[in-house]
Order: sequence, then structure tokens, then C-alpha cells
Amino acid sequence: MLKEENKIFKNLYNDYGWEIDKALKRDDWAKTKEIILKGRDWIINEIKESELRGRGGAGFPTGLKWSFAPKELGSRPHYLVINADESEPGTCKDRDILRFEPQKLLEGCLIAAYAVQAHACYIYIRGEYFNEGRRLQEAIDQAYEKKLLGKNAAGSGWDFDIYIHYGAGAYICGEETALLESLEGNKGQPRLKPPFPALVGLYGCPTIVNNVETVAVVPTILRKGSKWFKSIGKPKNTGTKIFCISGNVNRPCNVEEEMGIPLKDLIENYAGGVQGGWENLQAVIPGGSSMPLLPKKICDTITMDFDTLVENKSGLGTAGIIVINKDQDILSCMARIARFYKHESCGQCTPCREGSGWMWRILERARKGDATHSDIELLDDVTKQIEGHTICAFGEGSAWPVQGLLRHFRKEIDKRCSNDPLIKKKRDVPYLVDQHLLEKKNA
Amino acid sequence: MSIKKIHDNQPKDFRFTQENQKIAENILKKYPARNKKSAVMPFLYLAQKQNDNWIPLSAMKYIGKYLSMPYIRVYEIATFYSMYNLAPVGKYFIQVCTTSPCLLRGADKIVNACKKKLSEKENEISKDGKCSWVEVECLGACVNAPVVQINDDYYEDLDEKNMTNIINSLRDDKPLKSGSYRGRKNTSPEKNLPINGAQNA
Repeated sequence: MLKEENKIFKNLYNDYGWEIDKALKRDDWAKTKEIILKGRDWIINEIKESELRGRGGAGFPTGLKWSFAPKELGSRPHYLVINADESEPGTCKDRDILRFEPQKLLEGCLIAAYAVQAHACYIYIRGEYFNEGRRLQEAIDQAYEKKLLGKNAAGSGWDFDIYIHYGAGAYICGEETALLESLEGNKGQPRLKPPFPALVGLYGCPTIVNNVETVAVVPTILRKGSKWFKSIGKPKNTGTKIFCISGNVNRPCNVEEEMGIPLKDLIENYAGGVQGGWENLQAVIPGGSSMPLLPKKICDTITMDFDTLVENKSGLGTAGIIVINKDQDILSCMARIARFYKHESCGQCTPCREGSGWMWRILERARKGDATHSDIELLDDVTKQIEGHTICAFGEGSAWPVQGLLRHFRKEIDKRCSNDPLIKKKRDVPYLVDQHLLEKKNA
Repeated sequence: MSIKKIHDNQPKDFRFTQENQKIAENILKKYPARNKKSAVMPFLYLAQKQNDNWIPLSAMKYIGKYLSMPYIRVYEIATFYSMYNLAPVGKYFIQVCTTSPCLLRGADKIVNACKKKLSEKENEISKDGKCSWVEVECLGACVNAPVVQINDDYYEDLDEKNMTNIINSLRDDKPLKSGSYRGRKNTSPEKNLPINGAQNA
């Protein structure tokens, strides 16, 4: 269990107030100037030492990412972009940081921007978070008033401005290059990599894109030292993390805990247990909807960190834990997730654009008991055709949950998809064909 | 990709009001002078606010001229992002989240309440002309599921009864309290709930 004093986000539930004077009492912006005066190399090194990994899903080492920014400031300005386009189903951690700990984020922005030599930062907030964005703007204004931002920010000698940019309801804009496209005023469709944003990013300039939570923990790490951060959690999976526990639990909640905490402890101690008791657990999606689900057997013992979850063919992702108990139909649940991906595919790469629809239609058929046994093979095949054949990781994100379902619940699905293939029986199953080809009501 | 239909009845002309003109100028200051195009999303949003929560084609043309970008680029963006309404919506625009975490906690019941009280199909304005509802993908408040967004505000921890009450209040233009409807503080775990009780499912 994480000790109270080791918590980074003390105001996660807004028990103490979000305003700047209250945030200052919680040690935000303390010694920021001193930290910055220690220099770029020290900051990047310290973050590397702390083994902080990005909290946005991929878990890329943050210090390493920062070190990719060009060392010398050339003719092009550098940019820092904060990814607050939190749309992964099951995840709602950044919302709380934006609402209740905005100063931590802003301070982190200044330090990160200094480390990568950026004078301007854009915070890309999803459009639905209108109130959260307004709150953040208030916080920014308060910080400007106290001269913590703007010219000579916090007395560090570094000029720094922060702007908010709202998205407009596209999940794909959480992908960093799609986010940059969107920020430039285009459709949010991911770019080919390389070149990576660290060299060619926003407006063609070197750009570092970080998740809200990643940047918000940076000031505390630098204040308390990388050794302190490393002492929490597990090797290579250090520090604390906000877990969002939703779905069939008695008390769904957000909670900050150390990395590598057993999943069962999280659910039992913080979320009040599974509805109907632990024995009633069917499966858990451990890291937001893009990550493959885990059946109860694995959930009994698994710990929540990047490496352990990867070993179990899943992933920590954004740490959005979705609990599904036995009262739920697992197929309906996954069919709904497939529908999400069908809706949110940006349409750029064919495998994902078409495949996500295929997966949804097959799962929808399976859910209703209309699927044939050959459908399941087809479904498996479609997921493999998508995975690895798209520009961005959305392809994997849509295919993995279905693969996870097939891996762990194959028997149940086979039972429900026992029809003979369509050609033999000539059954009329409208979901078989693409929507636009068939003018039927429920096609 | 969301399927969107352009409204049949399009107003001929669109201009920002003087007030919005000022806001627009301020928005432009956020971006480097030669990257004016970046302002297209905030501009579309502004136009939507000004025009009763939907964007007519004339507004897209106007914004295109304003930012010196082709009309088709603006059109493309307006149709790509799901939050831009291209046809009129109710004065109270209800977005019901139905993605898995909300579904697990009964979002289908919220949808039922909307169907019963407002309109059988989504995107139809209710008979009194005040409300319209639509199913949306994850609103990013999964811990407070089921969630509904009405205009800018989130209404959390709902059940069918609460939702019906909310709709009734909207009809009477009564002010509403946003946030949790089970009386809990933000995303903190609730106290005093029977463990293993399925009452919230």
C-alpha cells in the first residue's frame, strides 16, 4: 500500500481545493527556479534515472524521449505539446488532474519545456472536457498573475507560454501525430513515422508530446529525487500511477497507488470488491479498452505494471481497469468495444477502416447467436490482418481486445456460434454484408 | 468516422457577431502568424455556439475565407470530428455515453429513458422542441458511469429514475445540478455502500 506521504496527487478528489494559493501550500511551484537552474542535462538525467515511463499508454521512457529533442536550438522553434485528449474507454485520470491538480501540470510543463528548449506549449484537451478546460485556463491565468508563467517564468529566466487547444470528439487524436495534425488544423489522421515528432512535429518543428499524468509527476520527482521515485514500485516499473477502476465493482473510483500492486488488492481495497464477490468475476480489462482482457484465473495473482502485464499478453496501457462480472455477457461487452473502434477509426488505412467494421459485425452476429463456426476463424483472421498493417497503433488497439477474447473465451464463443455456414443453410443474416451494400433496416 | 448528414435548410449568410469577432481575433493570437489554419477548430466551435449549436455550410465558407483556406478543408474537418453538429439539435443537447464501462453499469437504461421521454430515434428533436439526444462514444468519466453530457456539463452516476427526473427538469427549464447523482465527491470511492450489493448495476 502506498503511504500517504508518497502520494503525488494529494488533491485527486478535490479535498483541499484546486486554486493556486492552496496548491502552493501543497508544495507546487516550490523550488522550481532552483530545479531549472540545475540545468537541462541534470533534469533529463534525473528523469532518466527515475525510470519514469510515459503514462499515456505506450510506456515509453520519458527521459529518453526528452533527450531526442535537438540539443541546439536551430532556426525552427521547439514545441511542447501536452496530450490531454483522454478518450480511452475506462480511463478518466487526466480529467482529475486538469480539474484538481492543474498547477502540478503547469509546473511540469515549464520544467519539461525548459528541458527540451521550448518556449511555447499547447495543451490539447478533448472537446467534451469543456469545463475542465475552463478550469485549466483559470489556473493558467492565476499562474500568469503570480509570474510563474510568461516572461522569465518563475524567475528562471526562461520565457514560457501555455495555450489550450480543444479537440472535437475524435478518439484518434490521442495518437501523437494525429494530435499534431489536428492542432495544425487538419483532420486528425496519424502521420507516418519516421520522422518522429521529436525532429519533425508541430508545424515541422521539433516537438515533444507527453501525457498529462507524465508531465504532472515530473516536478515532484525532481523535488524529492529520482531515488525516492525509484524506491516505489518495481524495477523498470517505478513510481506511482493513478488507476481508474470502473465497471462491475461496488465503489468505482480513481486511486493513486504504486506500480506493481496486485490487481486483486486494488479492486478489493479501494473499489469495494467485485459486485457479487470475487468469485463472481468474469474478466478484467487492465489498461483501457485497447488492451486484451484477462480471465479470472490470471486476475487472482496478477500485478499491475507494464512488464508483468505484457508477459500475460495484455498491457498496462492507461491503467483504466474495467471489471466485468459474471452477470454480464462478455460477447456483448466486447461487441460494444468493437463498435467503438469501428466508430473511431480515422479511415486512413484500409485494414483498420474496413477491419474494425468486420470485427464489429461478426461479434454482433455472435452475440445474437447468428454466427457460424467458420465466422470465428474469420474473426481471428481479420484481427491478424489488421494488426501491424496500419500507420498507427490504433490497428493493434482495435484488434487486441478481440484477440484477447478469442484467447480466453474460445469455448464459450464456439458454443454460441454453432450454426453451419450460410451457404449451406441459406439463412438470411443481414450483418454479413457491408452496410452500404444492403438496403435493409438493420444491415 | 461518424456518418453525418448536412441539414436541408441552410441559412444563406453567416458572420461572426462583433463579440465573437473579438474572441476570434484572440484565438488567432495563440498560433504563429503563418499557421492561422490551426484556428479552424476553435472557429468552428465558435460558429456552432453562435448558431444555436449547429454549423451551417455558410459558416464553413465564412471560416474558410477568414483563415484563407479552401472551403473543402473546412468542410472536411467539420465532418470528421463528431462534436460538430451539422444539423439543428435541441436547446438541451443530451449525449449519452454507451461505451462498455457505462454499458456495464446500465447505460442502456439511460438510453431507454431518453427513448421513452424524448424521441424514439436519436438525433430527433423532442416534440416540445427543447431536447434532442444522441449516443456517443466514451466521454472519459468511466469511474462515474453511467454518464450523460448535457450541453457542456457532465451528469454522473445516473440511473433510469435520475435520468427521467433530469429530462423532466429540462422540459420545465429548471436549473440542474451537474456532477454525481449518488452524492459522492468527484471520483472518490463511496462510503456506506453495502459490499457486494448489486443495487447499482
